[in-house]
Amino acid sequence: MSKSAAKIDQALAGGRAALIGYLPAGYPSVEESIEAGIELARGGADLIEIGVPYSDPVMDGSVIQAATTEALARGFRVASVFDVVRGITEATADLGTAVLVMTYWNPVVRMGVDEFARRLAEAGGAGLITPDLIPDEAEEWFEASDRYGLDRVFLVAPSSTPERMAMTAKACRGFTYAVSLMGVTGARTAVDAAARDVVEAARAAGAERVCVGLGVSTAEHVREIADYADGVIVGSALVSAQRDGGPSAVGRLASELSAGLSRTTAAGA
Amino acid sequence: MGESTPASAPQHAAEGTGQGTGEAGETTADAFLAGGSLRHAPGPYFGSYGGRWMPESLIAALDELEETFEKAKSDPEFLAQIAELNRTYSGRPSLLTEAKRFSAHAGGVRVFLKREDLNHTGSHKINNVLGQALLAKRMGKTRVIAETGAGQHGVASATAAALLGLECVVYMGAEDARRQALNVARMQLLGATVVPVTNGSQTLKDAINDALRDWVANVRTTHYLLGTAAGAHPFPALVRFFHEVIGDEAREQILTQTGRLPDAVCACIGGGSNAIGIFHGFLDDPSVRIYGFEAGGEGIDTGRHAATITLGRPGVLHGARSYLMQDEDGQTIESHSISAGLDYPGVGPEHSYLHDIGRVTYEPITDAEAMDAFRLLCRTEGIIPAIESSHALAGALKVGQRLAAEGGDPAEKIVIVNLSGRGDKDVQTAADWFGMLDENGNVKGTTLSTRSAKGGQPQAAGQGEAKEQQ
Repeated sequence: MSKSAAKIDQALAGGRAALIGYLPAGYPSVEESIEAGIELARGGADLIEIGVPYSDPVMDGSVIQAATTEALARGFRVASVFDVVRGITEATADLGTAVLVMTYWNPVVRMGVDEFARRLAEAGGAGLITPDLIPDEAEEWFEASDRYGLDRVFLVAPSSTPERMAMTAKACRGFTYAVSLMGVTGARTAVDAAARDVVEAARAAGAERVCVGLGVSTAEHVREIADYADGVIVGSALVSAQRDGGPSAVGRLASELSAGLSRTTAAGA
Repeated sequence: MGESTPASAPQHAAEGTGQGTGEAGETTADAFLAGGSLRHAPGPYFGSYGGRWMPESLIAALDELEETFEKAKSDPEFLAQIAELNRTYSGRPSLLTEAKRFSAHAGGVRVFLKREDLNHTGSHKINNVLGQALLAKRMGKTRVIAETGAGQHGVASATAAALLGLECVVYMGAEDARRQALNVARMQLLGATVVPVTNGSQTLKDAINDALRDWVANVRTTHYLLGTAAGAHPFPALVRFFHEVIGDEAREQILTQTGRLPDAVCACIGGGSNAIGIFHGFLDDPSVRIYGFEAGGEGIDTGRHAATITLGRPGVLHGARSYLMQDEDGQTIESHSISAGLDYPGVGPEHSYLHDIGRVTYEPITDAEAMDAFRLLCRTEGIIPAIESSHALAGALKVGQRLAAEGGDPAEKIVIVNLSGRGDKDVQTAADWFGMLDENGNVKGTTLSTRSAKGGQPQAAGQGEAKEQQ
């Protein structure tokens, strides 16, 4: 079974949504990104997305852009992402944290889709999240992800038609990534009203597990989304924490965020 | 994956470039003509290039654009609208001018210039923006956004937006905005908002990134008026459609003026929109050799260039699979060119395909070669060309000399160059390149500054100074 799906189901069985945290590999260094990932898991993230710094991150807002640009300026190499995945996966074996890689597609193409998939699987990675790869263009990735037993997470958006929702939900393994708003990554004051609609549309289109990301930065946001989604994805807020306070700050924020997950305690505690 | 859908061309055509030798060119041409036409390739794929490597959030908008475009291009009313604007607003058909004195430097072959520089706004860009702005109106969008390198597409977009009553925001790399300050002012005069982009290399590719970010957030009201024949489907085929008029006119004009087809057609390649426009008219004429000239910058062995097809390898950027300047990790490499409009590390997917099948020959032209050709055209024909177009002129000099070397009377041979834009915007760059400025950026011997409106410090430039230096 899919490692990501198992981890989400485990959370759901415990009466709560899953927490998914994003951190860029190599920011501010490969070692510190591993430490931050471990803190993130210890703080309560069930799944971790490790981003591959890329020269043209069109889906990212200023916080993540600044971090990945800095990682690249310091000489980050794509192959290091496997070290980060391995480092976090091994150090969190007791928790069974699922570590996925989030990457724009060209670095995968350049390494070779099969080669990238093989090395990711060897490092213990759960799969890939692909913000600029749609299932329509993903034939090679379907083959490679099947071959190495990796999850493939595609995105659905408020603008997706029911037909595309269905096609994408079917193409996903692990979970379906519901983009909460029309825009790029980055903290927002409130959760976009579109988020719930996207989740409902994705479910109606056959998506088994739907996790919501983009613009989610506080425990309050997490609480709101955990009410209807299977998982909540936080990115820029964690990257800001890493920037300002390092791995321990990432761990603290993860603890805060995870307090918002429980559906039963939401009202009282 | 990108397993080719139609593109209707033969699979057996020669890999590689057939480096401009007549024999190879014609053999290749015969090969593809046997397989059908290369004209009107609809996308989304051109061979294995093109496609849609885009965030899901934008797919609905691309679908809407595709549907609107497909309907419009077979709608007589839309076509009449375009034709009317071309005739009464842009100033089409643009002239085909024989460059007789320039020809003497091209081995004596007859060189004809397709005068896109005479269009309203000074370049070919107006063809595409009018078409897309009309499509935006058809889709009910009230706002257009655009990226610009040299500023030509930004100015053209601002113009079309003003004409059709649309709000316009132009993203421009901060580095480019410095190089092309006059065009920034032009866009503002036309009512557009210019946003300087400070990410990455601060040039065209980064402007596209920011435009895409804007588009994702505002797609309901906004059309992304992409300026070149690149990007996700349907942009490559759509942008080409609006520029096909260049090649259609040129073909008819050369037949009228000389009674025959040219031996060669030359154009410069950044993203490749002016080139695909003129090439399209001649793709199915096997006797016509076609050349695209990329920006060789300081030289292709220096690493500072924008010779995407010459030195790049296939990858995905900004929505399409195409040749791409990238490092071993798939990170986009910053391109370099004296010409802001060619300073782009990608290229339109149809060009990648035309390269692979050998129909078009792509070669680099260095900054120095382009600037020599720039000066030559100024002084032999009284035409100041855009530095972009000067790459095509420099290429035409080489092509002419090669044609002449093949024997026969060179005056019987014909080369058409797409003069894609005029050089007014490049006066400062050229003055700098040719050592015409003093240390304050003033034209030597004057207080005339090319840098900014306030730059002309009152300090009188010494009279003798101009002649002494350099």
